[in-house]
Amino acid sequence: MKEYTRYLTNGLRLRSEESRNHNFHLDPMLLAPLLCIVGIGLAVLYSAVHQDLSILENQSVKLLVGFVAMTLAAWLHPRVYLRFAPVLYAIGLILLVAVFLFGTTVKGSQRWLDLPGLPRFQPSELMKVTVPLTVAWFLHDRPLPPRTIEVGIALLVAVVPAILVMLQPDLGTAILVVSGGLLVVLLSGVRWRLVLAGALTVVSLIPAYWYFFMNEYQKKRVFTLFDPESDPLGAGWSIIQSTTALGSGGLLGKGLFEGTQSRLEFLPESHTDFIMAVIGEELGFMGVVTLIILYVLVLARGMHIAVQSGDTFGRLAAGGLTLTFFVHVVLNIAVVSGLLPVTGAPLPLVSFGGTSAIAILVGFGIVMSIHTHRGWR
Amino acid sequence: MKVIPGRQIKNTRAEARAFLVRAWTLFGIAVGISTILVGRLFQLQVLEYEYYETRSEHNRIEVQPVAAGRGLIFDRHGVLLAENRSVSSLEIVKERTTNVVETINAVRGLIEIQESEIEAFHRRLARKRRPYQSVALKLRLREEEAAVIRVNGHLLPGVRVSSIAARHYPLGEVVSHAVGSVRRITVDDLNRLDRSQYAATRYVGRRGIEAFYEPVLHGDVGYRRVEVDVRGRVIRQLELSPPVKGGDLKLHLDSRLQILAYNALGDRRGAVVAIEPGSGGILAMVSRPSYNPNLFVSGMTVQEYRSLNSSRDLPLFNRAAQGQYAPGSTFKPIVGLAAVSKGVTSWDETIVDQGWFKLPGQRRIFRDWSWTPEDAGGQGIVDLRRAIYRSSNVYFYDLATRLKIDALSGFASQFGLGSDTALDVYEAVDGILPSREWKYGVRGEDWYTGDTVNMGIGQGYLLVTPLQLATVASVFATRGQWKHPRMLFSRDDPSLNSTQSPPPPISGPSQKDWELMIGAMEEVVHRGDRGIGGNGTAWSYIGRDIAYRMAGKSGTAQVVGINQDAQYDEAELNEYERKHAWFIAFAPSDDPVIALAVLVENGGGGSSVAAPIAREILDAYLLPKIASNR
Repeated sequence: MKEYTRYLTNGLRLRSEESRNHNFHLDPMLLAPLLCIVGIGLAVLYSAVHQDLSILENQSVKLLVGFVAMTLAAWLHPRVYLRFAPVLYAIGLILLVAVFLFGTTVKGSQRWLDLPGLPRFQPSELMKVTVPLTVAWFLHDRPLPPRTIEVGIALLVAVVPAILVMLQPDLGTAILVVSGGLLVVLLSGVRWRLVLAGALTVVSLIPAYWYFFMNEYQKKRVFTLFDPESDPLGAGWSIIQSTTALGSGGLLGKGLFEGTQSRLEFLPESHTDFIMAVIGEELGFMGVVTLIILYVLVLARGMHIAVQSGDTFGRLAAGGLTLTFFVHVVLNIAVVSGLLPVTGAPLPLVSFGGTSAIAILVGFGIVMSIHTHRGWR
Repeated sequence: MKVIPGRQIKNTRAEARAFLVRAWTLFGIAVGISTILVGRLFQLQVLEYEYYETRSEHNRIEVQPVAAGRGLIFDRHGVLLAENRSVSSLEIVKERTTNVVETINAVRGLIEIQESEIEAFHRRLARKRRPYQSVALKLRLREEEAAVIRVNGHLLPGVRVSSIAARHYPLGEVVSHAVGSVRRITVDDLNRLDRSQYAATRYVGRRGIEAFYEPVLHGDVGYRRVEVDVRGRVIRQLELSPPVKGGDLKLHLDSRLQILAYNALGDRRGAVVAIEPGSGGILAMVSRPSYNPNLFVSGMTVQEYRSLNSSRDLPLFNRAAQGQYAPGSTFKPIVGLAAVSKGVTSWDETIVDQGWFKLPGQRRIFRDWSWTPEDAGGQGIVDLRRAIYRSSNVYFYDLATRLKIDALSGFASQFGLGSDTALDVYEAVDGILPSREWKYGVRGEDWYTGDTVNMGIGQGYLLVTPLQLATVASVFATRGQWKHPRMLFSRDDPSLNSTQSPPPPISGPSQKDWELMIGAMEEVVHRGDRGIGGNGTAWSYIGRDIAYRMAGKSGTAQVVGINQDAQYDEAELNEYERKHAWFIAFAPSDDPVIALAVLVENGGGGSSVAAPIAREILDAYLLPKIASNR
């Protein structure tokens, strides 16, 4: 038992040179931009909820839990993740099925799970972390680049939970779950020919998806993307108000707490999916670009850690988690700035919401663990 | 390292190299996508900033018109004739209700709501509107209804009571034809009116003073810039340019006299117009039947409106200014004055009235009112004076024939007949003062002498309004020095205190002619106790126990032609074919302070029906003055 504990946690033991910066196995270069993002996020969230302290406290507590969870995740040895990835995946699938069967419905989507003794949470958010880990687990001891059949299995790992998420329905998260698997597959060195073929297949399937699987309201969202003025009080409302908020912020913004679009509630979902528009309105182009740069710094550090990792699982997991996070960011900003149809995707670490933030921080805890446990076998 | 038989051996170093390339390639793609996003944000926030800035301001800032308070209307003694009252309506904000139908049912449990109101509500609700915009369910809440809703407000989320200022006429139907009324602005009104001025206005003057002085009463619209949230709730006011209240109007109308005249007419159809001769001010203008002007403000049911609009008695019709009737014998003093001033006759000349008149060479008989089939009528020997107080038709048949149409028509036009001389009576009509040109123009026929004979007793083509006849009485009262009749007494704005020059005095009659004619008109009322044929026509009805000298003239205007040999029999005629009763008068006759005309439609004899009404009004106006002078 003692041996087992050491096996799991030997990174914690203080070793003179290697672990000077690794007392908690946190990576300062990754932690710094994350903290900056969270800081900006909390300030803007406070504004977006009309300076309601209780909501700010609520989110702060969740973020604190997230950072503690991140520390714990960083403290655990990567081999724990390697070993338990399939178990986590199985649990995640079970939870998603549970959501499907007896989840809580909020605003027309059945996404939440109320388990006794636990705060309400979204299992789909956990899948954003679990899927890259599981695909990395699946590919880590196979000769890379993977064979087509292996790629197929890897994608299946991603697609099965994604379908469950899509049924909630939550297209945004489903896309992120799929892209979590997809990105790991891409990182595994799958041949570009195969990538191209896959991409073409997906494109050719779009019309079928359009006719057979998309709801009327989803189609309408796509149409309104191109012509929001066709229904300014209905489907076009979000896009119009969001671009108006961004654009009216100008270079330097209207000032924190001074955004009229959010303060007067023209901007819907201003504290969740559209919080980027609040940042743009109140902090301007400069504020938005600063935030994007912080996200890119996170990405760069995550990719650096992945490249530095000595083993396949570490490389794939760190790279996959980091890239998934970034796709998350891109998807949100593209929606808010009117480049993609509205697909409920929160802005990572900024939008109000506990499960997403905790899942992301845990993900980065794993990335840090991969980095700070280098050479510990 | 695991070795899988039959497969390539995992080459860790090659994989690490390949991963390096792959990872940074994907990183590059990610940075590229980020650049696209930044570019898009640059486009929105820097290049198109002004567009979105404007849009955001447009969202947040609303310029709301603020209605000016409508000017009040007072009578000459400061009695309020038209005021503004707060009226509440019930509105529902659908987004705040859990279920609109349930909310309406809950409201119905508290106050009465008609099915038609619910239908109208759903029609309004179906129209495109901003989120959180309220929709009216019931207009015109009674005070207790508004109170019930307010008290139960916490049980009715999304239900609210809002108030606007609405016109109210304290005297109701008594003054409706004089003061007029307002009505809800229609699309047609907006096309005619200045849209920005009326942006916040709900009612516009429709009739009477309300319509005539609409620009004055309306005032100037104000504006306020407010910040609103997405629900249209005003968060704060940024700027206010206040409205300018409409001007208050003081009318010549004497509401006491108006009420009296209204009651004196009773349920009869008819009109009374009283004028202050010195100023031309209209002291009373009554038309019956009348309508309740408040119904036009609060709205009425279709049935109510239909019955008002289609009643045979025409309650919406202002008989005083728009009703055109033959003046009958009330026209005779004008004919007489025309004749003496043209030298066609003199005050001494007499004729013999046997009760009928014939033009030379014609068979048609023109009768006196006293004519009987037994040929027993006639006033005997008559001069002009007697012809007035006995109202001899034969005398005026003869006189008009000798005077001829051109002289008669020209002289009569000086009294304002055939034209609207009132300064501010809404839609007053001209009446008809016939002449050769008129008849040729309208009928394409030449003027016959027979036409002149009829016109001599105020029949034929001649048509006047009660307002015009009251003006005639007023002109007699001032001995030809007259003023345009008007409603407005005064207003702060001097531009309204008319600069219009008074009409020229009547030319022709000498001072003596005026006094003799007025003397004859006094005899109509005061000459009594001389037996039938000796008394003034009105004496037996109004001439006794009179505390002042009154000059008057009765008139009984035929509505339908009577056959040459038949006698007019009231009982045989249907109500609407009976004669109209007229009486014009002014008093005190030496220094008149009031002149009036009374018309009772299909009322019968002027002296018997209209004169007592005139006496009642004059008594009410003069007796207090006489008492206070003593």
